Order: sequence, then C-alpha cells, then structure tokens
Amino acid sequence: MLTGKVLKYKDNVDTDVIIPARYLNTSDPKELAAHCMEDIDKEFVKRVKSGDIMVAGKNFGCGSSREHAPIAIKESGISCIIAETFARIFYRNSINIGLPILECPQAAREIEDGDKVTVDIKSGEIVNVTKGKKYQAQPFPPFMMELMEVGGLINYVKAKIAGKRA
Amino acid sequence: MGMTMTQKILADHAGLDRVKGGELIMAKLDMVLGNDVTTPVAVKEFEKIGIDRVFDKKKIAIVADHFTPNKDIKSAEQVRAIREFAEKMGIENFFEVGEMGIEHALLPEKGLVLPGDAVIGADSHTCTYGALGAFSTGVGSTDMAAAMATGEAWFKVPNAIKFMLKGSFNTWVSGKDLILHIIGMIGVDGALYQSMEYTGEGVAAMEMADRFTIANMAIEAGAKNGIFGVDEKTLDYVKGRAKRAFKTYEADSDAEYVRIIEIDLSKIPLTVAFPHLPENTRPAEEAKNIVINQVVIGSCTNGWIEDLRVAAKVLKGKKVNKKVRTIIFPATQAIYLQAMREGLLEIFVEAGCAVSTPTCGPCLGGHMGILAKGERAVATTNRNFVGRMGHPESEVYLASPAVAAASAITGRISTPWEVL
Repeated sequence: MLTGKVLKYKDNVDTDVIIPARYLNTSDPKELAAHCMEDIDKEFVKRVKSGDIMVAGKNFGCGSSREHAPIAIKESGISCIIAETFARIFYRNSINIGLPILECPQAAREIEDGDKVTVDIKSGEIVNVTKGKKYQAQPFPPFMMELMEVGGLINYVKAKIAGKRA
Repeated sequence: MGMTMTQKILADHAGLDRVKGGELIMAKLDMVLGNDVTTPVAVKEFEKIGIDRVFDKKKIAIVADHFTPNKDIKSAEQVRAIREFAEKMGIENFFEVGEMGIEHALLPEKGLVLPGDAVIGADSHTCTYGALGAFSTGVGSTDMAAAMATGEAWFKVPNAIKFMLKGSFNTWVSGKDLILHIIGMIGVDGALYQSMEYTGEGVAAMEMADRFTIANMAIEAGAKNGIFGVDEKTLDYVKGRAKRAFKTYEADSDAEYVRIIEIDLSKIPLTVAFPHLPENTRPAEEAKNIVINQVVIGSCTNGWIEDLRVAAKVLKGKKVNKKVRTIIFPATQAIYLQAMREGLLEIFVEAGCAVSTPTCGPCLGGHMGILAKGERAVATTNRNFVGRMGHPESEVYLASPAVAAASAITGRISTPWEVL
C-alpha cells in the first residue's frame, strides 16, 4: 500500500518537459532527478518528498522514448503516477523499470494538488484520504503485475534466462 | 473476424495463428535499435542481466546520431561507452560520424529494416519503418536491453484506425501537410495505443519520402505504429538494399477497425502546427504574420533527398532573409552526397543557408541550432513542445520543407506561392 501527498499536473505533459534534452548527456538518475519537471514546474524538485504521488490528466509522458523521464520521476521519490491516460512508450517504460502507474480518469480529474492519497497497486484501489473518496482503477493484467512484482523487466529476463540454464 | 496488417505481422512473429486487439504477446524481433542517448541506459541494464553476449550480432543497430559530432565531454563519454559495448559484443551495425546518418533514414537506406519485419527501437520515431510495410515501434532503454538479450519484446496487440486516401496532393503539398492535418484532426492522443493504417488509391500516388514522413509522425498522434501496404514503389526502394529475404503482409478484407477516416488528398492545404503541440494546426495561409528567427530543414521526418529537392526548388537563385538563420541537414551521408551531386548544396549555400552534417541535434534542442528566449523557428521536424529546440520561452512552428524554405526567404511564415 502506497501513501503520499499529491503533486498535480495537466494534460499532455511531454517527456521534453519532464526531462529536457539538454540534460540527456548523462544517464545518472540523481543528475536527471535534479532537473525533473524543470520546464513545467521549477518548484517540483523543492516540493517533492519521498513517497509523493503524481496525478495528471490525459496522455501523460507523450513524446520521446527517453526512459530518463520515468527514471527522473522515480529517483525524485515519486512512488506512483495516476493519470487519465498515459502515452504508450512512457507506460511501458514505467512498468519495465518498476514504477507503479495507474490509469483512472475519474480519480485523475478529481484529486487535487496537496491531497493525501493511498494506492493499492494490486487491486487498483485509490483512496483520497483528504476528501474521503474511493476510486477503482483497472488492475494490471497478470503479466504486467508479474513484471512489477519482480521489480521490472530486467529481473524478469534474468530469471527467465537462469531458468533456461537450470 | 480478420486481422489488420499490424496484427498479422505480430501474430506471425509471436508464432500464433491469430491475435486480437488488447492481447498481450511476446514477439520475436528482426531488428533492435538504439542511439547515443538511449543506448547508454540500455547498456547499464543489459549488464545487470549478467550475460556476455547478445542474441544476434546482425540484428542490433546502434547509431550515434543525437549529440554527435559529440557536442561536449559528457556526450563523448556516452558515445565511447556504446562504442566499447558494440565492439565487445561484436555488434555489426554500429554507425558513427563519417558513416552515421539519422537512424530512421539510415536503417531503411542500408536495407537493415524490410517489409514484414517486427522492429523495436529505443527512439520514439522508430515507427518510421511502417512506410516499408514493417511493424516498428518506439520503446525505452530497458526494452532495448531485454531485447538485445532475448531477441523478443512484449506487446499489447493494437487495434487500428484505417485512413482511406484518395486523389493526389496539390502543388507544394506533401506528406508532412497530410500528417499534420491528421494530427490536428484526431489530436495528440487521437490514436493512443493504436495503429494508423494507410490505404487507398491516394497511397499509390505517394512517393516513399512522403510515406516515411507520415509513418514517422504516428507517435505524435499517440499511435503505436503507422503502416502502409507494400506496392511497386516499396519494392523499388528495397531492391538493391535488402540482403535477406522478407515477407509482405496485407490486412484481411474483413479486418475490423475502430474507426475509418476518408481523406481526399486534393483538399489538404499547406499546414503549420503552432506551439506547443503538433495538434495545433492551421492552414499556412492563416499563419502569414508570424515573424521568425530560424528555419531548420531536415531531421528523421523531412531530411530525405526529395525534401531537399523541394527546398532547393524554392531557394534557387534567392537569398534567405538576413534575420533568419537557415540550417539544412540532410538525414544521411548518402543523401548528403546525392544532394551535392545534384547541385542542391550549392543552391543552399548561395542562398545563405548553413548545411550541416547529419545529426538529430537541433530537432531536440541538443546542439547545432538552439533557440534563445523569445525566438521563433519554422522547422520541418516533428515536435514543438515547450523548450523543444532551446529556451523554454522559445517557439517552434512545424511545417513542410516547401513552407520552411519560403519562410526563410521572407522572414515570416510563408507559402512558396509568395516567393515564386
């Protein structure tokens, strides 16, 4: 169960504003996190605390395939992202690196900046503690849940290859 | 119920008789691609798997095209890391300065992607190869790492929007205007998780460069891929490049589509996308008062030889506006050489344009043409997000090579009709 304070964003947050290309000459998560959301919210790096939850509108993470975007968000301390919809590359990148991510249009629209929210990744239940309201996101299909549970695609592949050798 | 073209390619690569939209599958890959921004992350992830070889040395391509020629020490270190990885693993298709081109023009040119292939690339514009009748899509670095180890990737099978094209383009109108028009119509998430399948008599009349441009920007509508059927023009393009056998696919006649959109190509105007989303489109005629500081012609979207010919036709014997820095970058070395032989580079330089070696640089605000605060550019690239080409308060207007070249001459957004 994840619990955190919400940082809220609008529709079509693209990967260029999540982590501008001028910082892509490194892949160090700490350096990337230092510039996370810089072109859309200069206060983000000061505001974010470990465990916080990001909530956004439609098409979150659209644009470039840069995995540096979910890496920067995860390294910032964000424990989960809830959005109306996600751009597909950002969605698979988040799953692959083990960053929980849920689509729930109603929750994404109603939850406000600063609300306290709890998320049960397994069942997809989202509770807005501040407003006393519950939402149900579509839970992950078994394969994606398995990826999340083992900590991402690399661990999954590692286990698969080890299984073949054994 | 039949399958779409994309579903048929995916079913075949997953070893299944049939697949349906929404199904999760594991598919075998014909090519795995990365660049100098995404591969360093993939190498780190690959090393965590703990194996000492890649699944197939011929089926991986690494192209150092984003911050190259290396723009700073950190970029040079990134390219060194991937060069060493490529050498250690014996990866055959590693390209850098000298033979490097922008990845999505280079791979088709070298015959490394072919009709019927299933391709992933750690770059969002990997969807470009749909022009060849391949399934290709952008992924992240972890997917690239896993695929380099296993030769496979997981996919959620997409449904498709079918675009029925008829008629042909008016003078100066191109594939770029069509795809901008489509994104303006359906929005930047209008094809989210879906395929954009192009068919109809309008396709037959279209050059390969137009098809590449249209497939390239599928991601700007949120799509998983864009795809064209294989015809004589495709086979002509592939001939002499393909060094292995390939298979062609077509959609079943009873395939189901989420939406069918009919478009008459003769009705498409010269189109410009205003900041800060590719869906903010307007006819170029309605954008004429926008004063600009820079023009960029090139990129994986519009750096083909056909694009350079159009730009040269507009710029021949003219001078670009003194207040407009005009940068032209052919997508590959072969295109550069062809442009030189055809005298296009001479036309550009005489007109006062800078001609650059192939690089992704200016398109993503990397280097070779960054915008200052408050500046505006007309670019033939694919994205106009906040800060995309430089300062967060700069602006990018997306357009075709014809509109970009005309705008370079007048110093404001213009159509070729104004300067010819």
